[in-house]
Amino acid sequence: MLRFFAPLIAPLVGALFVCSLLWAIVMSPHAPAAHLASEEFHLAPKAIHYSFEGPLGRYDNEQLQRGFQVYKEVCSACHSMRLVAFRDLEEIGFTKPEVKALAKGWATETPSLNPDTGEAATRKSLPSDFFPGPYPNEIAARAGNNNALPPDMSLLAKAREGGPAYIASLVTGYADVPADLKKQFPDFNVPPGLHYNPYFANLNIAMPPPLVSDGQVTYADGTKATRLQMATDVSAFLMWAAEPKLENRKRTGIAVVGYLIIATLLAFAAYRNIWHGRKH
Amino acid sequence: MATLETTDDPNQRPPVIGGAYDEGQGARRRDFLNIAAVSFAGVGAAAVLIPLVNQMNPSADVLALAAVEVDLSKIAAGSGIKIAWRKQPVFVRYLMPAEIAEAKAVPVASLRDPQTLDERTKPGHENWLITMAVCTHLGCVPLGITPTESRGQYGGYFCPCHGSQYDTAGRIRAGPAPKNLVVPEYAFKSATTVQIG
Amino acid sequence: MSFPWAAHYAPKNPFMRWMDEKLPLPRLVYNAVGAGYPVPRNLNYFWNFGVLAGAALGIQIITGVILAMHYAANGLVAFDSVEHIMRDVNSGWLIRYAHANGASFFFIVVYMHIFRGLYYGSYKAPREMVWLLGVVIFLLMMATAFMGYVLPWGQMSFWGAQVITGFFSAIPVVGEPIRMWLLGGFAPDNDALNRFFSLHYLLPFVIAAVIVLHIWALHLPGSNNPTGVAVQGPEDTVPFHPYYTAKDGFGLGVFLICFSLMVFFAPNALGHPDNYIPANPLSTPAHIVPEWYFLPFYAILKSFTANFLGVPAKLWGVMAMFGAILLLFFLPWIDRSPIRSGNYRPIYKKLFWVLVVDVLLLGYLGQAEVTPTVVLLSQLCAGYYFAHFLIVIPIIAKFETPLPLPNSISESVLHGEAAEAAPYGTAATA
Repeated sequence: MLRFFAPLIAPLVGALFVCSLLWAIVMSPHAPAAHLASEEFHLAPKAIHYSFEGPLGRYDNEQLQRGFQVYKEVCSACHSMRLVAFRDLEEIGFTKPEVKALAKGWATETPSLNPDTGEAATRKSLPSDFFPGPYPNEIAARAGNNNALPPDMSLLAKAREGGPAYIASLVTGYADVPADLKKQFPDFNVPPGLHYNPYFANLNIAMPPPLVSDGQVTYADGTKATRLQMATDVSAFLMWAAEPKLENRKRTGIAVVGYLIIATLLAFAAYRNIWHGRKH
Repeated sequence: MATLETTDDPNQRPPVIGGAYDEGQGARRRDFLNIAAVSFAGVGAAAVLIPLVNQMNPSADVLALAAVEVDLSKIAAGSGIKIAWRKQPVFVRYLMPAEIAEAKAVPVASLRDPQTLDERTKPGHENWLITMAVCTHLGCVPLGITPTESRGQYGGYFCPCHGSQYDTAGRIRAGPAPKNLVVPEYAFKSATTVQIG
Repeated sequence: MSFPWAAHYAPKNPFMRWMDEKLPLPRLVYNAVGAGYPVPRNLNYFWNFGVLAGAALGIQIITGVILAMHYAANGLVAFDSVEHIMRDVNSGWLIRYAHANGASFFFIVVYMHIFRGLYYGSYKAPREMVWLLGVVIFLLMMATAFMGYVLPWGQMSFWGAQVITGFFSAIPVVGEPIRMWLLGGFAPDNDALNRFFSLHYLLPFVIAAVIVLHIWALHLPGSNNPTGVAVQGPEDTVPFHPYYTAKDGFGLGVFLICFSLMVFFAPNALGHPDNYIPANPLSTPAHIVPEWYFLPFYAILKSFTANFLGVPAKLWGVMAMFGAILLLFFLPWIDRSPIRSGNYRPIYKKLFWVLVVDVLLLGYLGQAEVTPTVVLLSQLCAGYYFAHFLIVIPIIAKFETPLPLPNSISESVLHGEAAEAAPYGTAATA
């Protein structure tokens, strides 16, 4: 008996799963899904080239410093960067005294305790402190921004599909709703407090345009501060903030891969040598 | 292996079969390549150890030492406070005139770690003794920063772990510790503010 | 010891002789991966992947132990502690990227290892136990990888934990209590994170132990080979060392080059941007997908969309997903063809490649956005997956006419080169 039935178990179990799938196919709705405005009018990030791309890419410290300036003067009014410390700025070419001065003069101070009363207080930042954010907590951040939460910027360039190019495209991408869109999707509207931006996934973003005009910041190195220039610089700075060890990583990588190629060629030679004359 | 014979013909490469690899003459000529490959791999393996070991060294945030400012105005004469610097305790002590005199009276040559009080304080501020609160024996925190704690036979500090005794200049006088309490790097910012580090 | 002609360990050095008497560890190594283990002489490069899987586990354990020195398994600080590793710990970025990509490479080589076993019939008698232990290792790997992905406590970590523990809620009656027990709460939180960390640290050592059993079980019958024909005599084998140590050394080099290219030049390519956002229990990312190595099974899970025979679709999906892996346990008995190697099974060989394409497609569909076409395709692919293992394999095993097998490994390799085929010495005068 068992001898006869045992070989049938597997096909029967298999048939059960297959039938369940066939039934699912029969039962599935065949109406084509409705198109959405966010599928039709969403744009891929602009093609922006950065110095840190490619296996030999390096950060451009002057660009990072300009980008830092944009962050400091524009973005940091709403966006925190809690994982980056002032001391890290030495890596992008600021000197120790400059870092000290930047920390001391930061718009918001570092939270601390009053040493006499133990009450919450603030103090001037030191190079070892992380950037203090503009809001003490999430509730305050939402309250100050129409219930939208400005995301922390420490990892933003790695936490968004498209990376720095996406960020640069987004901040320069604000536009009026295209006539085509209104024609195709009469129901589409931009709710009050939101802004149309085709680079944002569902087209309506809570952040007001951060870079409103050319020359919004004045670069010390004389670079012309067009909106795209500021956007590119700040997105490069955000990439550095998210991945500060990028240069070290790529440099190490070249050495490691170079070593491994030689080692592997040697290993191949040794392998052929040992198997020499042996058919296999 | 025992059932297998050896060949007398030197021109014939001994076929290697199930048994051990035969280190014959043909093989020896090529040894160099195998040794080179293995040594090169060994160098790589040793290089990999560097980051694997180095990761246990203090990280960048630990090394980014914050300097600590201390307000001296609230310290009573004859007492002191303990503050944290580099995650280690530091004694800031307001010496009484009698304690200063006592420290100065000790013949320096008789000390285990000869140092004068002047060498251990800043000129004009001999009444402020600032030392690490870390016993130089094995790292316990000595007692005696406030008069309510035992200060040992020499009126300075007493380490409860192994009985080291320090005098009013924080110098080792008795017990197993080899050195005086370490004086950290510090500077007076004003008459009542000191920055350590 | 598997073959009577295997070399015997005979230390010449007095210290090694003393060692052999007191603790015969060198002898064990010699017989396991040294000159004392005769291996078929005709293994191709697909046989490198077992050793590479061992190397990948080694990389994971070393980098993992180091990461645990810096990581903090607490919901409040876990995310920041990972960033502390990336930014401030000396070479921390290297160790973390190596660990994150190491998991992917472990799966790549293990998948190659599994498919090699499927093609060459390595799961068949007398190696059923080797296969069963291999499936156990695969399951342990999946559990370890899942729990490891939770530890950075980003958005994908959190929602991965939420979704995967949600599988258990498909079980009738006891499902929800089991899920709560796994998580230690209503949703993933500190308690879940802590137990996942504990188990994530433990399981790799369990995997290492099962690998020892896997190799032990392998050494009784000896390795399979591309012809699938059993070893018949000394002329069919070469000693593992130096022949296969050399070959594996070369394979390891190629593996490390590929691995390094990912770690140093595209360390986040296999990850997901959302995991750089701290876990937020109040908002699910728009497009959640598991790590790539789970995608085929995830596609199977999603393709069961209708209640059938009174069983809800969710339970079908979960049963099918687990079933897709668990059926591998029965494979040695489902496939009753006496021929091992796919080289001599004309129909099986073609269907093997159909399965490979099927699984790759499932992987693609697992991460694709859900549209009616994607759903239909994954239903067809999932259907083939089950049909392949449970229906097609038993049938072709019965009706397939195999190609003529070589009489022995050496015959297939040497084609009449008597000098090399003859046991050592006996052909000297020929």
